[in-house]
Amino acid sequence: MHPYLKFEQIGMSFRRGQMATEVLRDIDLVIDKGEFVSLIGHSGCGKSTLLNILGGLLQSSTGEVFLEGKVVDEPGPDRAIVFQNHSLLPWLTVYGNVAIAVDKVFGRTKSKEERHDWVMHNLELVQMAQAKDKRPHEVSGGMKQRVGIARALAMQPKVLLMDEPFGALDALTRAHLQDSVMEIHARLGNTVMMITHDVDEAVLLSDRVVMMTNGPSATIGEILKIDLPRPRRRLELATDAEYARCRAAVLEFLYARHRVPARAAA
Amino acid sequence: MPAATAHATTTATVAPGPVPGATAEIVAFRPPMRPALQRAGEMARHFAGVILPPLIVIGLTLFVWQLLCSEPGARLPPPTKVVSDAWDFIVDPFYDNGGIDKGAFWQITKSLGRVGIGFSFAAVVGIALGVLIGQSTWAMRGLDPIFQVLRTVPPLAWLPLSLAGFRDSHPSALFVIFITSIWPIIINTSVGVRNIPQDYRNVAAVIRLSWWEVFYKITLPATVPYIFTGLRIGIGLSWLAIVAAEMLIGGVGIGFFIWDAWNSSRISDIIVALVYIGIVGFLLDKLIATIGHFVSHGVAAQ
Repeated sequence: MHPYLKFEQIGMSFRRGQMATEVLRDIDLVIDKGEFVSLIGHSGCGKSTLLNILGGLLQSSTGEVFLEGKVVDEPGPDRAIVFQNHSLLPWLTVYGNVAIAVDKVFGRTKSKEERHDWVMHNLELVQMAQAKDKRPHEVSGGMKQRVGIARALAMQPKVLLMDEPFGALDALTRAHLQDSVMEIHARLGNTVMMITHDVDEAVLLSDRVVMMTNGPSATIGEILKIDLPRPRRRLELATDAEYARCRAAVLEFLYARHRVPARAAA
Repeated sequence: MPAATAHATTTATVAPGPVPGATAEIVAFRPPMRPALQRAGEMARHFAGVILPPLIVIGLTLFVWQLLCSEPGARLPPPTKVVSDAWDFIVDPFYDNGGIDKGAFWQITKSLGRVGIGFSFAAVVGIALGVLIGQSTWAMRGLDPIFQVLRTVPPLAWLPLSLAGFRDSHPSALFVIFITSIWPIIINTSVGVRNIPQDYRNVAAVIRLSWWEVFYKITLPATVPYIFTGLRIGIGLSWLAIVAAEMLIGGVGIGFFIWDAWNSSRISDIIVALVYIGIVGFLLDKLIATIGHFVSHGVAAQ
């Protein structure tokens, strides 16, 4: 029996002329089906690199990623990505941006009507059905990211990858979208790997928080299991002792033990 | 694009103008005020702000010109004399006395036809080459210096070469238009292809678009604003080239019309033809800009 998703001895070096910089080393991680895992760490610790290796956009220098026992070596819709800056195509409507993915991924297996229904179903899931004919520049940042999430969900990925999906949003919009993501995760049971550097976001959403040490040569420092019952409500959690403990543990890791050295941060 | 945005900002600053100062009264008298008085006021402002300045400047220019050229012995005719001399040419653009003695409409149409053919070739070849070159760093590095040098060669410098090659004046004129207008199209298209955000390529990779699908679903739409910048510069250059080329190869066309008028000392006809050429060039530019605006949808708005 294979683990659902497995990182095995992943290492990554970037070469520039004679100089080789090791970004990641010795990453070993196993993720179960339906699990929501966050990657947290300071800027430059290689979180995005790790996500891009899983996404197939980068090839690791050493080690392999296995998804359902198969080696991951190219991008594909089974590992759909929600990009940090939404990455919607500006010449397509909200509908078109989801449809371009649905038509390609399900062009052979679904009829035209089925694909249309599937696009609308996913837009409804993120509450964007009413704006389907708008173009990306006509909707707000939070709405763009909703469409980005709909596009990724519509591919029915085995793992949903989210690269700091709410990083560019204001606090209220972010809270709103976090709630939406929790709801969708509860409904669909997706396996999710999310990059964040927001401690509250990581603790609120995740089953496990993977904490990365500082780069270069970053690796997994610690993994924290979040044993909070779902559905989680942010208001109730604000006074919850377990939530506070988890939050303190992540903060302690990030700011006491793995502080960014002043020089490296500059 | 710059012209379009400039226009948009001027109207934007004019339109909300009356609102802040007069808010209280407008709320009270809204139904009767709005259609009649306020709109008339807005139109008056628009007239004063946008239409009046060019009218005043044109008027002043004509006035100074008239003053400078009115004294006896002036070498160029004043505006009044231009109009009276060239009256036949101005009022009847559709006359056709056979040979090359035709009205302005026919002369311009002939020139526009040549530009249409030469420029269309340049657009098709230029966009295709630009896309190819933009895909490859190697091709870009190799060809860019050549393009940068060739694009500065003046249109007329190509004419002897193309006459030697084609041994006929008509294809030579088309070739000169083609070769003059193709460079900005190639260069802008290839820059556009290179500037496609990595994000779009990542999206294409994740949903596994084929080479052809990437081309027409991502590359082409993402490059459209750049392509149209190239086309706009290109059509301007081709209109420059046609006049110069026609002066040398002869026949019907607004370029040779000028040369012919010079040979028979019809200075007033030349001045009228210059105005026509300027207006047609301006309209060609606006035409391409308008098409570009519609084709590029929201891309430019990003």
